[in-house]
Amino acid sequence: MSDPFVTIGQFIKELLIGLGLEAALTAVLLRIVGAAVLGGLVGAAAILTIWAERKLLARIQDRIGPNRVGPYGLLQSFADVLKLITKEFLIPRGADRYVFIMAPLVVVAGVIGMWAVMPLAPGLVGTEINVGVLYVIAIGAIGTLGIMMAGLSSNNKYALLGAFRTVAQMLSYTVPMLLTLLIPVMLAGSMGMSTIVEAQSSAWFILLAPLAAIIFFISSLAELGRTPFDLQEAESEIVAGFHIEYSGMGFGMFMMAEFVHAFTISALFSVIFLGGWQGPGVEAFPLLGLFYFILKTALIYFVVIWLRGTFPRLRIDQMNAFNWKFITPLALVVFMVTAILDKLVVQADFNRTAVHLGSNAIIVLGTLFLLRAYAASQRRRKEVADRPQIQHSEAAGD
Amino acid sequence: MTLAQLIFLAAAAVTLVAAIMVVTSPRLIHAGLWLILSLAGIAVLFILLDNGFLAVVQVAIYIDAIAILIIIAVMLTRAVMSDADRQINRMGLAAAFASLILLAGLLAMVLQVPAASPAPLVEAEVNLDALGRALVDVDGFILPFEVASVMLVAALVGAILVAMAPARGD
Repeated sequence: MSDPFVTIGQFIKELLIGLGLEAALTAVLLRIVGAAVLGGLVGAAAILTIWAERKLLARIQDRIGPNRVGPYGLLQSFADVLKLITKEFLIPRGADRYVFIMAPLVVVAGVIGMWAVMPLAPGLVGTEINVGVLYVIAIGAIGTLGIMMAGLSSNNKYALLGAFRTVAQMLSYTVPMLLTLLIPVMLAGSMGMSTIVEAQSSAWFILLAPLAAIIFFISSLAELGRTPFDLQEAESEIVAGFHIEYSGMGFGMFMMAEFVHAFTISALFSVIFLGGWQGPGVEAFPLLGLFYFILKTALIYFVVIWLRGTFPRLRIDQMNAFNWKFITPLALVVFMVTAILDKLVVQADFNRTAVHLGSNAIIVLGTLFLLRAYAASQRRRKEVADRPQIQHSEAAGD
Repeated sequence: MTLAQLIFLAAAAVTLVAAIMVVTSPRLIHAGLWLILSLAGIAVLFILLDNGFLAVVQVAIYIDAIAILIIIAVMLTRAVMSDADRQINRMGLAAAFASLILLAGLLAMVLQVPAASPAPLVEAEVNLDALGRALVDVDGFILPFEVASVMLVAALVGAILVAMAPARGD
C-alpha cells in the first residue's frame, strides 16, 4: 500500500489487538481516534486560515496585517487563541445558562461534522455513506440551531435580532443550495461524496453545470454569513448579533466555527464541482490527491476572502429579494433543464459536456434578457412617476 | 453486539427522557429544544437499524426544518425571555381525553403488526431505489405523492397571500 494513513491505521490496529483487545472494540476505537484526528486537524487548520485571511484582507485593504508575532505574523493566531483561552467566560445575568453554554458547542459540532464525509484523497474519507450530500446539508443546518440557541439564551435584544436574521437568511438560502446540489447528484447518479468525485474523472462538474456552481457558491456564502451576507452580525446595526454576549473561548468558538465553515464550504465546492482529489498522477500516488484537494480548496477560499474584501453588506430586503426573486427561480430553471437534457443525452448519445454548457449559456442569455427587460420597465415606470416635474422644468427652460 | 445494545439503550433513554421533558418543561423554548434532542435520539435509532438514509432524512426534515420552524413560531408569538404562565389550563381534561384516544388508536394499530420476527435490516438500503420508483409509479404511490405536492403548493400560495401587503391605492 502506498497510502501512509492505511498503514498507520493497520499499525495501531495490530498494536491494540496485540495488547489483548477485541477486534470489534478495536475497530470502534480506531473510528473514534480517526474522528478525533480529523476534527482536531480541521479545527487547527482554522488557526492557519485565520492568519491567511487576515493577511489577505489586509493586502486587499492596502494594509500590512499581522506582522509582529513570529515570521510574517504567522504566530499571531496562536497568541490570539492563548489570549481567548485565558479570558473569563462570562455568563450574563438572566441568561439561559445551559443553552447559553451549549450554543457554541453546537455551532462548532455542526461545522466539523461536515468533514466526516469529505473525501480527502482516494480511499481517504471519514466515512462513505450513500447519502453524503444530504448529510452535509442536514449537519450544516445544525449550526443554524446553535446560532438560534445563542441568540435566544443571551437575554439580549441585539442577540435575538441577530438570531432572527440568521434564521431568515439560512432557511431561505438553503432552498437554492439544495436545488443546485441536486444537479451534481443527477450528473453523478449518486449522493455519495466519493462517487461524485469519481464521476468527475473525465470532466469536472463546473464545466457541465457552471450556473449551478455559481448559484451554489452564492448561497453557501449566504449560509456562511460572510460579507456580503453578514447581516447576522452587522457591526454597525446590531453590534455583533448573536454572539454579542459571549466572551473568552465561547466567542473564540464562534469565531473558529465561522472560519472553519468558510474553509469547509470551499472544500465542499471543490469536492462537488472541481473534482475533489482528481488530478494528474493520482492513480499512481494517492497522496497527491490530498494535495490537489487542498490546492483547490485554498483557491476557492481565496475567492471567498476576495469577495469579503470587495463587497459591501446587503440590506435585509435586498438579500431576501435576491434569493426569492432571482436565484431560487433561476436554480429551479437550471435544475429542470439539466434533468431533461441529461435524460435526453443518455438516450441520444450527444456530447454531454457540450449539451450542458450550451444549455447553461442559453439560460444565462435568457436571464440577462429578462433582467434587461425588467430594468427597462422599471426605468419607464420611474420616468412616468417623474414626468410632471420634468415637464415643468422644461417649460421653465423654454 | 453488546456495544450496539448499549448504544440502543442510551439512545432510547435519551429519546424518552427528552420526550418527557418536552411536555413538562415550563418554558416553551426549552420544550422546543428538548423536542430536537428527542428527534435526534430517533435518528440514532435509525442508524442502529442500518438505515442511514432515514437517519439523515430525520435530521434534515424533523430537526432542521420542523423543529426550527416550531422554535421560530415560539419566538414570534410569546414573551420567550420570561417564564411562561401555568402549564395546565381549563382545556386540560379535553386534551387528556384526546391523547388517550390517540394512544388507544396507536396501540390498536401497533398490536396488529405480527410479533417481530427480526427481519434482515441490511436490505433496507437496497430498497431505497424501489422507494424512489414507487413514489412515481402509477401502481405505487403516485397519487398521494402528487396530492402532497399540490397541497404544499396550496400552502405556499396561501402563505404568500397572508403575508402580502394590502393592495395600494393607485
